[in-house]
Amino acid sequence: MKRLGLVAVIIFGALLFSVSFELPDLGDAQSPASTHVSPYYIEHTLEDTSVPNIVTAILADYRGYDTLFETAVIFSAGLACFFLLRITGRKAPKARFYRHLPTGLTLRIEKGGRLPEESREFERIDSVWVPSDVIINMTCRLVVPFIQLFALYVIAHGHHSPGGGFQGGVIFGAALILFAISNNLRSSTRRLSERSSALLGSGGVLIYLGTGLLCILLGAGFLNYSGLSVLPGLDPVSARSHGILIVEIGVGIAVTAVMVWIYYNLASAGTQEEGL
Amino acid sequence: METVGALIIAKYNYWAVVVLIVIGLYAMIAKKNLVKKIIGMNIFQTAIILFYVSIGAKRGATLPIIEHAHGHGGHAVQAADYINPLPHVLMLTAIVVSVATLGVALALAMRIYFHYGTLEEDEIQKKIIGNEPAPGDGTG
Repeated sequence: MKRLGLVAVIIFGALLFSVSFELPDLGDAQSPASTHVSPYYIEHTLEDTSVPNIVTAILADYRGYDTLFETAVIFSAGLACFFLLRITGRKAPKARFYRHLPTGLTLRIEKGGRLPEESREFERIDSVWVPSDVIINMTCRLVVPFIQLFALYVIAHGHHSPGGGFQGGVIFGAALILFAISNNLRSSTRRLSERSSALLGSGGVLIYLGTGLLCILLGAGFLNYSGLSVLPGLDPVSARSHGILIVEIGVGIAVTAVMVWIYYNLASAGTQEEGL
Repeated sequence: METVGALIIAKYNYWAVVVLIVIGLYAMIAKKNLVKKIIGMNIFQTAIILFYVSIGAKRGATLPIIEHAHGHGGHAVQAADYINPLPHVLMLTAIVVSVATLGVALALAMRIYFHYGTLEEDEIQKKIIGNEPAPGDGTG
């Protein structure tokens, strides 16, 4: 099987290699990919949308349907992880143990019992919990806010510099995941619970969809942001620019939430207890 | 000799993509471990992303953000001055989607591990054919 696979793969690679001589040269401005639709985008983006970053304009305006469904794909990937691991996967252990710090007593709490999770008097005890390292903990505590700030900048400044909803959302999600790795899963779910990450993920997709539907209500086509120009203080071109910003914020929220949601489920094998 | 050099400069991006595609495909076909198959799939995806991005390049052009867009108005935008933005848009979403699908693939691998106790393909097959009672959905 291994040798057969190797032979098949080498034949496939040789075929691709022989075809590569027919393909346009690297950096050829007259290649087919660069001569049909893309000149239109480059020359008309500024007058259509007043957004200097052509990539952002194409992403959220010219190819708005594509991006809408890509966001939906990301959200459904988060849902798939949730159903695979959380619903049908391993269950959290039935009983939990807590130490009452002032007296030193150990409490055993069955499922359904009151869980003194938030209290400072009780400390959770379990076998997989690992104390986090002070140096790593402090470094990440210093770094995480700046990463988050940079992510917000990337989302908000996506019109004028490289950036946008997807990139900023991934950076923000990475900052939250860094926090979860450096501290522990429990303290990060206390800040952004699984429920709210799922709600934020669907909320982000709904912002995108709602913007499209609002355009219909205001008398333009689905995702045709120039319809927003009936709102005070907007002409059709700046309405498109603002519509793109709203949509990018929706994408950023959805991507952030889904990245964190997938991490929660993968890292703990669906139990939302401490893992990794 | 000069023509060979020119040929290498004109086509090396495709050759790099071919090498990555072959590595990824071989890992998906020949490796028995499911996680290694997933890694192969990711290498394959990376090759496709590189392919698209290298298609968008134009010699002598800059990145697709219009310079002096506001304030200096009046000058026409030339398509030859900016690289092709379309492949970048397509790959931007593809990168994030590939991360999300990687999460789904790892979740599936995790379920398989809980059910069969192994990630090796041949051992899983042996357990399915031998009709051994599965060790259950491990609860601990």
